[in-house]
Amino acid sequence: MRSTTNGAAAPWDAAAVVMIAQELKDLDGPLLPILHAVNDRFGFIDERAVPLIADVLNLTRAEVHGVVSFYHDFRRAPAGRHVIKVCCAEACQAMGCERVVAEVEEELGVALGGTTPDNRVTLEPVYCLGNCALSPAALVDGKLHGRMDGARLLALVRGAGR
Amino acid sequence: MTRVFVPCDSAALSVGAYDVAVAVAAEATARGLDVTMVRNGSRGLFWLEPLVEVETPRGRVGYGPVHAADVPSLFAADFLSGAAHPLRQGVVEAIPYLANQQRLTFARCGIIDAYSFDDYLAHGGLRGLRRALELEPAVIVGAVIDSGLRGRGGAGFPTGIKWRTALQAESAQKYIVCNADEGDSGTYADRMIMEGDPFILIEGMVIAGLAVGATKGFVYIRSEYPHAFRRMRRAIGVARARGLLGADVLGSGRTFELEARLGAGAYICGEETSLLESLEGRRGQIRYKPPLPAISGLFARPTVINNVISLASVPIILDRGAAFYREFGSGRSRGTMPIQLAGNVKRGGIIERAFGLTLGEIVEEFGGGTQSGRPVRCVQVGGPLGAYWPRHLFDVPFDYEAFAERGGMIGHAGVVVFDDTVNLARQARFAFAFCALESCGKCTPCRIGAQRGVEAIDRVIRGDRPAAQIALVRDLCEVMRDGSLCALGGLTPLPVLSAIEHFPEDFEPLRRPVAAQ
Repeated sequence: MRSTTNGAAAPWDAAAVVMIAQELKDLDGPLLPILHAVNDRFGFIDERAVPLIADVLNLTRAEVHGVVSFYHDFRRAPAGRHVIKVCCAEACQAMGCERVVAEVEEELGVALGGTTPDNRVTLEPVYCLGNCALSPAALVDGKLHGRMDGARLLALVRGAGR
Repeated sequence: MTRVFVPCDSAALSVGAYDVAVAVAAEATARGLDVTMVRNGSRGLFWLEPLVEVETPRGRVGYGPVHAADVPSLFAADFLSGAAHPLRQGVVEAIPYLANQQRLTFARCGIIDAYSFDDYLAHGGLRGLRRALELEPAVIVGAVIDSGLRGRGGAGFPTGIKWRTALQAESAQKYIVCNADEGDSGTYADRMIMEGDPFILIEGMVIAGLAVGATKGFVYIRSEYPHAFRRMRRAIGVARARGLLGADVLGSGRTFELEARLGAGAYICGEETSLLESLEGRRGQIRYKPPLPAISGLFARPTVINNVISLASVPIILDRGAAFYREFGSGRSRGTMPIQLAGNVKRGGIIERAFGLTLGEIVEEFGGGTQSGRPVRCVQVGGPLGAYWPRHLFDVPFDYEAFAERGGMIGHAGVVVFDDTVNLARQARFAFAFCALESCGKCTPCRIGAQRGVEAIDRVIRGDRPAAQIALVRDLCEVMRDGSLCALGGLTPLPVLSAIEHFPEDFEPLRRPVAAQ
């Protein structure tokens, strides 16, 4: 599954990238599954992985780079140790998600889209988590929470450890 | 032995259902009681989640919303026999919100153990597929055409016509693709099916395969739904082990293989051709049509691509017959639609009813007004590309044509309620901003126009020549509508123009003077 915290991310390992690509290359349309697997293992897609994957799939580096850069999920750099995604789509707007974001930004000292200086928390917007009858919604290290407010979300962040 | 149901739908989990399940198990053990816990999906009465149900001779009695801390008091009150408690909601089937529905596609959701194939069979599962196995492909397609089923993903194109085109296309390999990239805010019906009744989707896809001669399917699930993805993968494994999937479907000698694939965070991949590009391993850029996917789709093979709810509605059509399904609905909108009530609403949830309910009935009678207690000002129907509807249009019936006539669309049937604190100029700005963020970049009016739209609305909000800016926005919307290949650029004008038309007061210059230079 997708990486949600970066704490367990593996250090760079070219052989592992090639092995992931080899293992999945016979799927129909293997590139997204490979990129997900690399993103999960390392917490992001290192630029050095691009030519390795391209080589296994017989694609150009540009083709692989184009896919990596198209999708929001594929990180180009590691995230903080905890990732908070706050839903900023309409149903959550109707329930005041902007206030939730503002309170969390203020308390953590980080703007939406950024990572705290101590690399502890990355705060990101997400557009719909499918929890629209229990808005505002947020995903904290991959776990969905409903009926959020700033205080509850901050308590979850504090409870997430260092 | 008493059966207790604690949902494992991700919305229920998001408000503590897992802790409730743990607490129920612990309390039952401590008291030495014989309790069997079933992890069902959600009934879709979200204001009651976590909704714990107990099987009693009178029916399933519900308690909600239950928090883990309430569990000891539930046991103390003898909830296992359905006894009184402040959280008692009565027999769940009799709760008016549910009793006033017509659940066809969601008939099992929230009732059965979502992981149990036997439970699925015990509740009428596979009857549609068994019937389909006796029929010629053209007869299956004919049934879907006759049922009047139209695409539930948003476009409303007749499902059976897509199938007929794919059936008539000659190819050694054809595909069935399920579009589970449910990105519209205010919608969660696809997620609920995948989490609460996944076998119905698999059954629908197998029927589609039989109908058009496809032997391979993919479910493309958005990555924002990690729980649904895990559950779907597990259900596919169970279905394979039980012979619903594989080289010999239910002993018929027919083949159907199925894979779940994860999206990667791109709203545009809900557009069918972008989704196909993504499945093939490319940027999710939309394709020109023609060729239609039914003729040249995934890997350039004939492909049926349908939304989760469309496919999940097929088993009952085959089981009960096209005429049964057609009976529901109004005009050219046949069957039922799972309306998803969301946002600032007191009773948010799934309302599966025949087409024809009015917006007012949905928002006021089912929804009970806003969660905040303030007056309802508007609803947005159909996700980020859907129109904003003022109260004076709440008599519009929920129906593809009735909505289109008044400049909107039902889309995937999400209804997001806003109270009177909403500012529609800001919502119009968001519509453009979202389009700019999620544009695949293929069409200039969408890629560039959306950004220019944000800037124009910003000037309106600042009070910088608002009348001229609004004229510019109208012109821009026309260019986007007519000059974009897909619905993202083509329909972003809907929320923008409906906001301007119905809520002009929000676009007037701020009462405070523009700050001096």
